[in-house]
Amino acid sequence: MARWLLFCLLLASPAYALDPGEALVDPVLETRARALSQELRCMVCQNQSIDDSDAPLAKDLRVFVRARLLAGDSDVDIRAAVVERYGEFALFRPRIAPHTMVLWAMPLLILLCGGFFAWRLVGKTARQNTSTPPQ
Amino acid sequence: MIAELGHFALVMALVVATLQAIAPLYLARTAPDTALAIAMRASFIQFALVLLAFAALTYGFVRSDFSLAVVFANSHIAKPLIYKIAGVWGNHEGSMLLWVLIVAAYGAAYARFTDIKDGFAARVLIVQGWLGVAFLAFLLFTSNPFARLLPAPFSGQGLTPILQDPALAAHPPLLYAGYVGFSMAYAFALAALTGADDGGNWARRMRPWILTAWIFLTLGIALGSYWAYYELGWGGFWFWDPVENASLMPWLAGTALLHSALVAEKRDTLKRWTLLLAIITFALSLSGTFLVRSGVLTSVHAFANDPERGLFILAILGGFSLVGFILYGLRLPRFAADKPFQPVSREGLLLVNNIFLATATVTVFLGTIYPLILDALGMGKISVGAPYFNAVFAPLTIPFALLLPLGPLLNWREGRLKPLQNSLALAAGLAVLVTCGIMLTRSVAHGGSSLMIIALFAVALWLLFGASLDLAQRLAPYRSRLTQFWRLPASAFSAPLAHAGLAVMLLGILAATQWREEIVVAAAPNQQIDIAGIALRYDGLREIDGPNYRAEQARLTYLTGRHQGTHIFPERRFYEAERAQTTEAAITTDLTGHLYAVVGETSGDKRVLRVWYHPYVAFIWLGALLMALGGSFALVTRLKRA
Repeated sequence: MARWLLFCLLLASPAYALDPGEALVDPVLETRARALSQELRCMVCQNQSIDDSDAPLAKDLRVFVRARLLAGDSDVDIRAAVVERYGEFALFRPRIAPHTMVLWAMPLLILLCGGFFAWRLVGKTARQNTSTPPQ
Repeated sequence: MIAELGHFALVMALVVATLQAIAPLYLARTAPDTALAIAMRASFIQFALVLLAFAALTYGFVRSDFSLAVVFANSHIAKPLIYKIAGVWGNHEGSMLLWVLIVAAYGAAYARFTDIKDGFAARVLIVQGWLGVAFLAFLLFTSNPFARLLPAPFSGQGLTPILQDPALAAHPPLLYAGYVGFSMAYAFALAALTGADDGGNWARRMRPWILTAWIFLTLGIALGSYWAYYELGWGGFWFWDPVENASLMPWLAGTALLHSALVAEKRDTLKRWTLLLAIITFALSLSGTFLVRSGVLTSVHAFANDPERGLFILAILGGFSLVGFILYGLRLPRFAADKPFQPVSREGLLLVNNIFLATATVTVFLGTIYPLILDALGMGKISVGAPYFNAVFAPLTIPFALLLPLGPLLNWREGRLKPLQNSLALAAGLAVLVTCGIMLTRSVAHGGSSLMIIALFAVALWLLFGASLDLAQRLAPYRSRLTQFWRLPASAFSAPLAHAGLAVMLLGILAATQWREEIVVAAAPNQQIDIAGIALRYDGLREIDGPNYRAEQARLTYLTGRHQGTHIFPERRFYEAERAQTTEAAITTDLTGHLYAVVGETSGDKRVLRVWYHPYVAFIWLGALLMALGGSFALVTRLKRA
């Protein structure tokens, strides 16, 4: 609708995150940290990941994620820890669970329905072709 | 005085729209010619009146008439003239006036340009009349742009600085011309449903209008994306924000509609689906307005989430959709059931296109409203963001792009793949070869890519080569005069350009997201910064004065490469009147990538600088432009034929 609404919102917190010195030295861990950060929602901003936000809370969470990575936690552990703190609202990629089943399954379902519809249309042609020989 | 004139013009426009909506309905049976004549005149007069009101509000903004509430709240004397004018639609009331203006403009344009003057045309104008009534009433009763303040304030509150950008002049009008344009799809669907099954003739008459709407919406979304890219300060181009999704849904549905209308027109089948799609596309345009204006979304950003307005728009959305769906249900039996067709044919592939685009539309819709539904049901708060949409769209894109090039290459009715075998094998081979090349050269610097990314690169290239094949096939009959390009038929370029545009956009998205480089440093003057093989020097900072802001401006100098010796100037601006700040990134544009520099806050005696390299990012918007260009060629073809 109107992109400027987004602008008005982001005005409060110009979007750039990650202060110098925050990043981990180990490039593999840092890559994981960035990937994780992009999937975690900044709780005080609107629709920004903690990777994009420079809100203090987002910074805290970035530091937290990196600390857990250094401690050797897996991505799954870290996500679970964040959910424990802030609830599922903090995950930009909803977990596959009974209450998100519809969300994850619907695209496939629509695709299959469409495929079925197409198959029926095409099936009719095949039947017609066998019943009425070409002139 | 001028404002009162504008207000009066709006009231009169409502009266005329009511006449346009009702009178022809009564006369349709007894005096069809009079009915059409009334509908046509009324749509001209309605447009003229709304234009007058729009001019009056613009006058208020240009003259900084702070006795007008909307000017007071959104303007300031010190603002440059272009933002005073563009500021007319930089707020809720003014933007709804623009919306109404475009509704009236489409109605008037249809009355002016329709080539066949019959009952169908009258019915299209009646529906447009009802739309005019609904939105004029909304404007006058909930969002009057001409409300006065007494006593008049001395100065205005100014326009949000982030909106003070040239893009504000074009982005909302383009977007609205797209949204509102799809009201024509709705009007045509209703006109078709209330008439007899004319063998898809309505689809032929509808196509130029939905093409127009689609071109505008494509450009509007692309410009919005580019605006966000350079303004928000780090170079993201799409955020899967509900507001963006609200524009993407009608675009996806509208794209499906363009293709299915083609089948309805040429092959007299898929008519029922096309009619439904036309109604849905407009309903999605309206629900975009509703979602943004009403405050139901958790990420409502800023102005105008007034529940009264939300309810009013919900009533408009509900009313028009309901009428559409009820008419659809009642009149559907009059339309012949779909004629079956061959799977390997152009219509077969267009059906596949519709299945994928419908799936994409539902995915965006579901992702946008799912958190609201769960919340309303008390099943917890969740977020659906970019990772979800990427996870669904990436695997969806692969079969979609794989099948897409076949459509235009196949004939209607019964296509044959055999004669295409060699050229298709060539395109596929090239796509694989180029993908391998890209992966080999890039993996040195960026590490390997996932299988999904490699596959996406390959299908994007396949799409590009497929579109080239399509163009070659279309131009084959004109082989002898290829150099006289102005004599080539416009129709030959439409689909190939639009499809190549999608390919180019995909390549841009893939490159920009996969190979983006970023560096964050606290820099002292004369410090060197290296990124993506480019060396820059931070020269220092100075303060400058703009027309209505002060700014800190950093200077960086290219030490190497093509731009060696040139300077770039990222800024941080402080707007006094609005008490706000913005970051103005310095972007060096090359076709192969953008260098994107932003100046941040102080860190001791140093300055935080953030520099990105966004490889091939311009391809994203270039792709959108190609799509719109393809659409324009199709439109030109159609207008010439009419």
